[in-house]
Amino acid sequence: MTTALLPSLAESVPVIETAPADGVLSLLWLIIALPALGAAVLLLGGRRADAWGHLLGVGTVAGSFLLSVLAFVSLMGRGAEERSVSQHLYTWVEAGSFTVDAGLLLDPLSALFLLLITGVGGIIHVYSVGYMAHDPRRRRFFGYLNLFVAAMLVLVLADTYLGVFLGWEGVGLASYLLIGFWQHKPSAAAAAKKAFVVNRVGDLGMALGVMLLFATFGTTAFAEISAVASEASDAVLTVLGLLLLLAACGKSAQVPLQSWLLDAMEGPTPVSALIHAATMVTAGVYLIVRSNFIYEAAPVAQSAVVVVGAVTLLWGAVIGCAKDDIKKALAGSTMSQIGYMMLAAGLGVAGYAFAIFHLLTHGFFKANMFLGAGSVMHAMDDDVDMRHYGALQKMLPVTFLTFAMGYLAIIGFPGFSGFWSKDKIIETAFSENLVVGLAALLGAGITAFYMTRLMLMTFFGEKRWDKSVHPHESPKVMTVPLIVLAALSVLGGFLLLGNWVVDWLEPVVGHAEHHELPVSPLVLTTIITLVVAAGVALAWFLVGKRDVPRVAPANVSVFTRAARADLYGDAMNEALLMRPGDRFVGGVTTFDDSGVDGAVNGTAATFAGMSGRMRRWQNGYVRSYALSLFGGALLVLVVLLAVNLG
Amino acid sequence: MSETPFLVLSAILFTIGAVGVLTRRNALVLFMCVELMLNATNLALVTFSRVHGNLHGQVTAFFVMVVAAAEVVVGLAIIVTIFRTRRSASVDDASLLKY
Repeated sequence: MTTALLPSLAESVPVIETAPADGVLSLLWLIIALPALGAAVLLLGGRRADAWGHLLGVGTVAGSFLLSVLAFVSLMGRGAEERSVSQHLYTWVEAGSFTVDAGLLLDPLSALFLLLITGVGGIIHVYSVGYMAHDPRRRRFFGYLNLFVAAMLVLVLADTYLGVFLGWEGVGLASYLLIGFWQHKPSAAAAAKKAFVVNRVGDLGMALGVMLLFATFGTTAFAEISAVASEASDAVLTVLGLLLLLAACGKSAQVPLQSWLLDAMEGPTPVSALIHAATMVTAGVYLIVRSNFIYEAAPVAQSAVVVVGAVTLLWGAVIGCAKDDIKKALAGSTMSQIGYMMLAAGLGVAGYAFAIFHLLTHGFFKANMFLGAGSVMHAMDDDVDMRHYGALQKMLPVTFLTFAMGYLAIIGFPGFSGFWSKDKIIETAFSENLVVGLAALLGAGITAFYMTRLMLMTFFGEKRWDKSVHPHESPKVMTVPLIVLAALSVLGGFLLLGNWVVDWLEPVVGHAEHHELPVSPLVLTTIITLVVAAGVALAWFLVGKRDVPRVAPANVSVFTRAARADLYGDAMNEALLMRPGDRFVGGVTTFDDSGVDGAVNGTAATFAGMSGRMRRWQNGYVRSYALSLFGGALLVLVVLLAVNLG
Repeated sequence: MSETPFLVLSAILFTIGAVGVLTRRNALVLFMCVELMLNATNLALVTFSRVHGNLHGQVTAFFVMVVAAAEVVVGLAIIVTIFRTRRSASVDDASLLKY
């Protein structure tokens, strides 16, 4: 947002005005309650729920999806200005002047999230029935998944920041439990811990942000804050914006808190698809779009969001280029795509709607590709190394075709969903800032390169798998979800038909002024498509035309080595935070041991030694006691005489 | 009649008692030395009573006698009991109650 536009901001950020929920919308609470109940039954039910646990897990989410569709249709039936509906549940916190009501807020923004979470979530639940069929702990897995869905719904439906915080921590917990689901593997347990710890850094920002909001506005409700946000001082708003950005960075794996996402791929693949691609990691984008009334008044924080987004979209894309683990390549891609969303969200009113649009299409095609990767792993005996794949398109026709739809969507092949959403973001970026626009454009090219590399290594070329592996197509319960998601990946662009998604979100994010592009949109789209084509061609020449070695070559360039090491993200964390922290703790421990404890123990030892000597006086001889008695009396006498005579 | 000889006698008796308490080992002798010190004190009290011309000192002397009598009763009982169990009246032998 340029400074010239600032005076008109007051009109451009809509104040949230809510109507009470009635009719079908009064069932809003049930959308959260169903999966929460499912989680409770599955996790507390024990072994007796093993037989039907997965069916209950799917059923509760399907029920939530139906209710979400009803709620969505009901919202559609209302006028554009009456689409914000609130439902008061009960008074949650009451302490002096501080009152927080537990309430739900359904508006066009949260309604889209409801559909994404319960829709894509439901599809992934169905897929998991097949994927986890041979896991003895499948019931528990579905319990955790339901817990996640419930927490995520709390996050997007809460009408206060405190409520969002509750959901925020809930999804963090579910993410931890699910990354470490195969806790017998030390790597999975470590990855879960890492995700939890890194997220804690972000959550600190969220907690401080909520406190600052309460200290500034005396409330944490969106509706009340949106009305008075612009009255707070610039400094407070900037700090608020940066704190919420920190929170968003943690949850959405943005630089500098990006390191946990690649390790999070230790979790079962449906978890990667649901939590670490489609829904939870986009919570940061939701938070920023939801807090638009703060960011519109804090240009510095908004620029910070853009920088974080631009850096991350390149960072993730570069990592994606060098990974041989199919899930890690996709994880790098997820980071990069969320970088696009953050970038768009940071561009202000012009970008919010496109951030959400890309979030939805990304939810479709990335979930599709993760589930596709799961299907490939299923066929390859859980091998994740793409160097052991090759020529799978004949063996796994359905997986290949659905994966290809996701692939075409993510690189932005004209007509596919990703084309529309990414195109709009790059366009908006160019209209705001040339450098940011170029970064987004470059990102699109790299995306095309690494996704083509992934496609070529997995489905084309020579077959490189062991004789003992017999690839086979997955069962229907897994392929049907793939087909549905593939269809959504292709058709997701319809959301932009007639500018629908922008108009739909306008009551929440405001009306964008039309920006002049340096070149006409058609020329820009052509340029983007050419850059993407260049990326695809490069991948064809570097990967497709050559033989892929079964073992990753060791003598590679510095850049490849850096990308393989996640651009030294872990090394940086270790050098900048972990080692100094370790040394600091070591120093403090030494000081505590020798300084504090030394003083305390030394005092005690001194007195113990003294008393040990003094107790020798208590020798049991009556006559020596008598002598000290006389000595004492004499002393008193002498003192008395000295005082009286002196 | 001068009070000085009485006070000198009192001091001599007290000193004999004190030295006796510090130097003798026999519990009975020790005990008698304590009595000697008490009586030396009584003598001083009565002397000062005469000097000041009131009865405060004499009354206090009676109190000291009563306390001394009670003390003798208890003290002798303890000494007899110790003697019965240990066949010894030496105070240095009864030194178990220590650090």
